[in-house]
Amino acid sequence: MKPFLEMIGISKTFPGVKALDHVDLHLNSGEVHVLAGENGAGKSTLMKIMTGVLRADPGGEIRVEGEPVVIKNPVHARSLGISIIYQELAVVNNLTVAENVFLAREPLLPTGLIDRTKMNADTRAVLHELGVEIDPEAMVGTLSIGQRQLIEIARAISYNSKLIIMDEPTASLSHHEASTLLRMSRKLAAQGVGIVFISHKLEEIFEIADRVTVLRDGRTVDTRPVSEMTSDLLVRLMVDRELDQLFGHHISHATDEVLMSVRNLTEKRVKDEGVFVRDVDFDLRRGEVLGFFGLVGAGRTEVMEMIFGSRPHSGEISINGKPARISSPSDAIEHGLGFVTEDRQSRGLVLGMSVRENFSLTHLSDYCSLDFVNRRKETAACADYIRALGIKTPSPEQKVLNLSGGNQQKVVLAKWAARRPQILIVDEPTRGIDIGAKAEVHTLLGKMAEEGMSIIVVSSDLPEILAISDRVIVLKEGKISGELTRENATQESVMLAATG
Amino acid sequence: MRVLHQLLQLRHMREFNVLIALILMGLLISLFTPYFLTVSNLMGVSRAFSLTAIMSIGMVMVIITGGIDLSVGSAMGLAGLITALCFDAGYSQYAAVAAGLGVGLAFGLTNGLLITAIGLPPFIATLGTLSIGRGLMYMITHGVPLTPETPDSFSFLGQGYVGPVPVPVVILLVLTLIFTVIMTRTRFGRHVYATGGNENAARLSGVKVQRVKLAVYVLSSTISALAGVIAFSRYLSAEPASGFGSELEVIAAAAIGGASLAGGIGSVLGAVIGAALIGEIANGVVLLNINTYAQQAITGGVILIAVSLDVLRNRMGGRG
Ligand SMILES: Nc1ncnc2c1ncn2[C@@H]1O[C@H](COP(=O)(O)OP(=O)(O)OP(=O)(O)O)[C@@H](O)[C@H]1O
Ligand SMILES: [Mg+2]
Repeated sequence: MKPFLEMIGISKTFPGVKALDHVDLHLNSGEVHVLAGENGAGKSTLMKIMTGVLRADPGGEIRVEGEPVVIKNPVHARSLGISIIYQELAVVNNLTVAENVFLAREPLLPTGLIDRTKMNADTRAVLHELGVEIDPEAMVGTLSIGQRQLIEIARAISYNSKLIIMDEPTASLSHHEASTLLRMSRKLAAQGVGIVFISHKLEEIFEIADRVTVLRDGRTVDTRPVSEMTSDLLVRLMVDRELDQLFGHHISHATDEVLMSVRNLTEKRVKDEGVFVRDVDFDLRRGEVLGFFGLVGAGRTEVMEMIFGSRPHSGEISINGKPARISSPSDAIEHGLGFVTEDRQSRGLVLGMSVRENFSLTHLSDYCSLDFVNRRKETAACADYIRALGIKTPSPEQKVLNLSGGNQQKVVLAKWAARRPQILIVDEPTRGIDIGAKAEVHTLLGKMAEEGMSIIVVSSDLPEILAISDRVIVLKEGKISGELTRENATQESVMLAATG
Repeated sequence: MRVLHQLLQLRHMREFNVLIALILMGLLISLFTPYFLTVSNLMGVSRAFSLTAIMSIGMVMVIITGGIDLSVGSAMGLAGLITALCFDAGYSQYAAVAAGLGVGLAFGLTNGLLITAIGLPPFIATLGTLSIGRGLMYMITHGVPLTPETPDSFSFLGQGYVGPVPVPVVILLVLTLIFTVIMTRTRFGRHVYATGGNENAARLSGVKVQRVKLAVYVLSSTISALAGVIAFSRYLSAEPASGFGSELEVIAAAAIGGASLAGGIGSVLGAVIGAALIGEIANGVVLLNINTYAQQAITGGVILIAVSLDVLRNRMGGRG
């Protein structure tokens, strides 16, 4: 069978970075082709070339159904039947779901006005096909990140695309949403649509792939049918290490000393929207890694935002036995808290600033005398973290905007790790980062606990929670529905508390 | 070799475009009139644009936080007027200058608190204080200029020279240096850029964004008030319409100098060079006997060209 799309000898050079180096990729209709590789390997860049967002260096060739083409821009790509769901969300928050799905190709009435009835009905149909219940007339801004992602998928499907590229589509989805998406993708493939699927999650890759291509440092390392691939081999191809050596054993550093206690934490609601978080009580001990689990929408992030002072709340928080009044993030930081937010682009990073400037923003005074910043000290500290976390960047001066998604996430972790807070809250710390880096992050969190810091981990990745937590608290619909010691926490017991 | 290398590095500076524009425009004008490139003309030009340039230093900091300050002209005019009133009432020159600067402080605090404590959009808040300032000036002067007795030492501020350089230009250079250092070397400067670059991320990183905003509005108004005091010292007459409309020129200077109205991007040096370019054009129009009404149109054209080039250059840069 002739491939639907062939990329031959594709290279791409950015200032100081060779992102792609003679990459070959053949995509067939009706197959799910997984693209794997560590952060910064060049996956997103390759997809941006395929959709006309970036131009490849001269020398390579792209053929669609055997015909050589120069893909000029995303609209052109779409007319060739290629659409993409980007790694970072690309929806308009102040439009409705249906308006987003039909953005720039709204169905019109004979009068020239938008045919809202048809638009809403069609959107409802696509969403129904996806198996999700979202109101087509809801404002996208009021939806969860996972739901927004599904809107993008609905949009791609409604284009009748022949090739749909999904760049880490499940990174922010709940387990349920993710399995819906996987099922949906298989169904589309069965109908003859080609799917390119980028993911860092091993189980998912093996669940969905027909073939797997591995990129490393901008080069194609291997392409093979999934039947000839194993987890060990895949990990070795991606990060050049053995899977069982990656993740160490769990060692608890929790003490008996209560560092922070939270009582009756209840949200002060301005609008009657989303979950209502109330009556949250828990203690955090020094050196403890405390996992927070819950389904998407259970209110985990809200709890953390309240503790960190960025969401109005009532209730008592005490730290080191003393009541702490926290009404803004800077109060929280003064009380020794740190917060790695889940949405790195809108809340974690100043995209237009350099890696160095983002890194030091949380602890700039460490490098200051009399408000003057000592650049040399700042750069040296940043370079240390770049090395320690393996952040792929040509220099500390690179704008964060130009880093790959996973490397951006590492910058967010670095900026908080370097501040050395007493209590570090990490919300989805390993979203979008490769398996090698994930292991490094787990090691880093373990090391921080060993040094006496306490860590709260919020994650939708249940295996991750189970692997690193000393204790797990489960939230359901805004209230604590279970608390499990490490010994009692299993997939089943935690899931039961989250759903039961 | 090293010097050459460093000169080539200049090319990467944000201010490079506007600096080149300034030089090219200067060469163009001197092609037509040799008088342009004389020390006395250049000093005259510098003194003429120095007030706009001083005000643009405050403005660019506000713009970098993602805000705008439309009230700078009113702060300037009212500060000059209050200084004049103080002289009229027989206060010492120090008290008079302090009162003038106090007007700036009051403007800045009002703007800053409306924006941070109440949450008004900067455009609206400063549009309001702009109007209030204008109204007050007409109410105080009844439309008649105020020309009080002043000591000779006071007029040094606006009319004096240090060597061949007019005092307002010296003040401009000193302020440019101070605020360039503040914006590029201090924690406060970093926080200003972070606030405009991504306010949410900055706040969650512990930056006290409200305090940063309050500070830039206070600085902007106070710097404008200083410009007002200098202007009064220069002409020794407080005009009821002094400073009116100057906000547009000041904003234009910052924009020509590479500041993005979306926040996060811009520089003090760029804004000052931007003001210099506008001043140079004004001078060229006079020297070349072009219809002075054309000056505004030419300035407008230059703004559009300069900012377009900047946008295009960044786009190319992004694509490598
Ligand atoms: N606009 C740009 N300017 C400079 N460098 C860039 C730019 N875009 C990407 N890069 C670099 O190219 C390399 C490949 O990036 P890419 O985003 O394709 O990685 P990725 O495989 O998608 O990684 P991830 O899994 O983290 O998303 C990285 O080193 C990145 O820093
Ligand atoms: Mg990517």
